Amino acid sequence: MSKENQPSGNKIAGFFKAFGADLADIGTTFVEGNWMTKVSFLIMGFGPLLRKQFVRGIALLLTEIVFIYYMVSFGAGYLKDITTLGTQGRGFNPDGTVSYGDNSFFILLYSILSIIIVFAFLLVWRINVRQNKNAEKLLAEGKKLPTVKQDLLSLLDEHFDKTLLALPFMGVFIFIVLPIIFMVCVAFTNYDAQHQAPAQLFTWVGLDNFKNLFSMGSTGFGSTFLTVLAWTIVWAFFATFLNYFLGMVVAMLINKKGIKFKKLWRTILVMTIAVPQFVSLLYIGKMFAADGLVNGYLMRWGWIDQAIPFWTDPTIAKVLIIILNCWVGIPYIMLICTGLLMNIPADLYESARIDGANAFQMFRKITLPYMLFVTGPFLLTQFTGNLNNFNIIYLLSGGGPKSMKLTGGAGHTDLLVTWLYKLTLTNTDYKMAAVLGIMVFLVTAVISLVVYNILPSVKDEEGFQ
Amino acid sequence: MSKRAKIGNTITYIILILVSIVWLFPFVCLILQSFRSYITEPGGQVNYLLPKTFSLDSYKFLFSEECQFFKWYGNTLIIAVCVTIMQTIFVLMVSYALSRMRFKGRELLMRFWLILGMFPGFLTMICLYFLLKQFGLTQAGAIPGLILIGFASSGMGYYVCKGYFDTIPKSLDEAARIDGANRFQVFTIMLIPLSKPIIIYTALVAFMAPWCDYIFASYIAFGYSDSYNVAVAMYRWVMTNDYQGYFTRFCAGGLLVAVPITILFMCLQKYYVEGVTGGAVKG
Repeated sequence: MSKENQPSGNKIAGFFKAFGADLADIGTTFVEGNWMTKVSFLIMGFGPLLRKQFVRGIALLLTEIVFIYYMVSFGAGYLKDITTLGTQGRGFNPDGTVSYGDNSFFILLYSILSIIIVFAFLLVWRINVRQNKNAEKLLAEGKKLPTVKQDLLSLLDEHFDKTLLALPFMGVFIFIVLPIIFMVCVAFTNYDAQHQAPAQLFTWVGLDNFKNLFSMGSTGFGSTFLTVLAWTIVWAFFATFLNYFLGMVVAMLINKKGIKFKKLWRTILVMTIAVPQFVSLLYIGKMFAADGLVNGYLMRWGWIDQAIPFWTDPTIAKVLIIILNCWVGIPYIMLICTGLLMNIPADLYESARIDGANAFQMFRKITLPYMLFVTGPFLLTQFTGNLNNFNIIYLLSGGGPKSMKLTGGAGHTDLLVTWLYKLTLTNTDYKMAAVLGIMVFLVTAVISLVVYNILPSVKDEEGFQ
Repeated sequence: MSKRAKIGNTITYIILILVSIVWLFPFVCLILQSFRSYITEPGGQVNYLLPKTFSLDSYKFLFSEECQFFKWYGNTLIIAVCVTIMQTIFVLMVSYALSRMRFKGRELLMRFWLILGMFPGFLTMICLYFLLKQFGLTQAGAIPGLILIGFASSGMGYYVCKGYFDTIPKSLDEAARIDGANRFQVFTIMLIPLSKPIIIYTALVAFMAPWCDYIFASYIAFGYSDSYNVAVAMYRWVMTNDYQGYFTRFCAGGLLVAVPITILFMCLQKYYVEGVTGGAVKG
């Protein structure tokens, strides 16, 4: 953690220094190396093969062959079009046959992939150079090079991290990194319902979409974005802290001295975690519908004449969602608090009682500070989780009620993420969805960073121990 | 016991009983409604709780030929089992590497994955859809596609498991290595048997997720009902199709999904609590 406290200028300067040193090292390796090393600069793995390090040599040589084959047969064709994202859409030849033109989607996707592969290849090439250097050094010192068997065994021992991380890393790369880079690029194009490849191509439009997001005019997204953002933050605040305090209270009630059947109470609450949310939340959502159970009973008992518009009145819908979220969230907090509450030293309470403190004072002066201290980082993850809490909103209200004042199909209870989902699926407005996704990321990242740095448990790790 | 404490406890009991009623109420309703016949007592949520006649019509429908309920159930089960196995393996592998080994770029990798986690998950949906479509893993091939999406990036969720590994003393590793074990053996023979609680926790969480997966499942399997999972199919019953007619069938189906999962969860509750609490305190 100490590294983080250095001024950022040092880091950047350090990076360039390391980069420069690396380049110099490559140079000296070439100048001082023997002919095998020199050939390896062009034909990767040449040196290792001649030095009988077959596994390394074949692996490096294969990488180079595959890379060249990929770039020539596939990558380069897409890369050359990256500035325009294709010029010729699908159309018809004069004789009536379909002519398959460019496809902006794949041009963009495979160009990004190719660029990343080029960088990865450079990295492998650097490893190739370093291996030659190390091998020469070992031989010069009169030592033996690792045999094939040793090489393979090292993958289960000192290089076990590479074996372990290879697949998970590839998974994250293909299923998260590549699509995210792709979508960040889409934010700078006009990819939407009118520009769907292959029939209609899309192209770069610079910062237009971002301007659109902040433009306040009747067609702009500005006012809708601010409305949705405000509700998202209000929602996350209440969803986090209301659950937190009520959950703590429930945990304290169950933990209270002299209360029996502790396990039973906990089990009843935990039911909400066990039952899949799409069953329980869809059911509860329907319970509050105009013809639902709640309205039905209230009307039968004569308490109300007309159905309460739970899901059609914006304010009631918002309050209801926050309350219903307690039903989902409290058991979870209760589980966490139960364990932690038992960790508070009992003699703290004992001495407070002798000093004449009542239950509320003890809660405020002992329990709450302790809990806030210990669960600080957890509260932060809860908060950012709630900013992106898709299930609750989507299954309960579907983002509704709809509003004429909001653009892009947004409803009154839509969070940024549910709106993003609607933009993608209902409106197929991919470009704005991408812009919104970047905004969600920025909001989450900024809040995390700011809060993380003011958390007491981060500033002062030993505080309560 | 003093009089004051007695009153306090009585109030506590009353609150706890009220809380329990509120928490169990929707489930009781769900069970009762599932036994209402959709033929003789039609309608969505009617304004009475107890069905007038006890009927198994909704269940009969689910078991009948015209309904693909058990196809969907099987789909979800296959996805859940495969994702559970692969995700547990991935998480264990990443956790071991990050907890026990110190390599170049370790900090960078952890920070990079942390930042990646801040992007909303289904921002990538469109891109993944077309990517999977290239390999025929959508619509008819949606099930392998969903399995792939389910576990491929699961290595990022290593926090809880790594936190647990960190609490196992490193001196155990060193002792084993002095005895001639390599890291692979330390990992498989020593560490994994010691981590039973966290493995069960990881597997349980992984197993429960696909049952609620609506977002990706509905997009990837779009319009191809043979590839639906239970969440997608039943969401359609109450949201897009004939809600009034299908409501009791939704209740019955929901019950059939919820009961086995709830029982499984309750049996493994201890491990879940352990994992959640450990994860929360370490942040």
